[in-house]
Amino acid sequence: MLFFSYFKELVGKEVTVELKNDLAIRGILHSVDQYLNIKLENIRVVDQDKYPHMLSVRNCFIRGSVVRYVQLPPDGVDIDILHDATRREARGP
Amino acid sequence: MSWARPEDVFSISLASYLDGELAITSFILLVLLLDGQKITGILRSFDKFASVVVEGACEQVIVGDLYCDIPLGLYVIRGDNIVLVGELDLEGENLPIDPINVSVEEIRRAQQVERDAMDVKGCVRKRMEFLYVD
Repeated sequence: MLFFSYFKELVGKEVTVELKNDLAIRGILHSVDQYLNIKLENIRVVDQDKYPHMLSVRNCFIRGSVVRYVQLPPDGVDIDILHDATRREARGP
Repeated sequence: MSWARPEDVFSISLASYLDGELAITSFILLVLLLDGQKITGILRSFDKFASVVVEGACEQVIVGDLYCDIPLGLYVIRGDNIVLVGELDLEGENLPIDPINVSVEEIRRAQQVERDAMDVKGCVRKRMEFLYVD
């Protein structure tokens, strides 16, 4: 649940999602669910010419299982809070 | 027992693709699959595994300047295979600059040629890999 809560904080920020098929999509994080499925708005494919079929897609839903990386804006992240939350989670109930 | 809040419910994301703004219209969606297939159509149903039911499904094949829309009918796509589901703008034209519409057989032949070319490239690269000794 940690990353789910973490991504919920990031809604509205611009992220780049790199998929396991090497497709990288930049967009505004619209929503996320417990499976870490991601919905992006105003997307732009990073290497547009290589993937012409995505030209007229503005918003998309990305299945959590195909995500390799989620690149975050460095200023959009408070890394200490994430670190603390992880320590708390690791300590257990 | 804590009740699931709306934001905890899975696949709330896909629900917004069910109906267009006026509720009588629907978006045409582009579904990308693991094997690289592109299916376009209207979302009729989905589940927690992100399996979808697509009505009026068409496989959009683009090989260079050639393209073909192969009609498939009513499709149920298992969630495992889905990479992404995208909302296609307006008429949903994703075509290359000067598209040449061809028949199904022709596009399949063109796909095979492309695949063979990729295999040859891969083969040559694999044989040359021994040269890169770090």
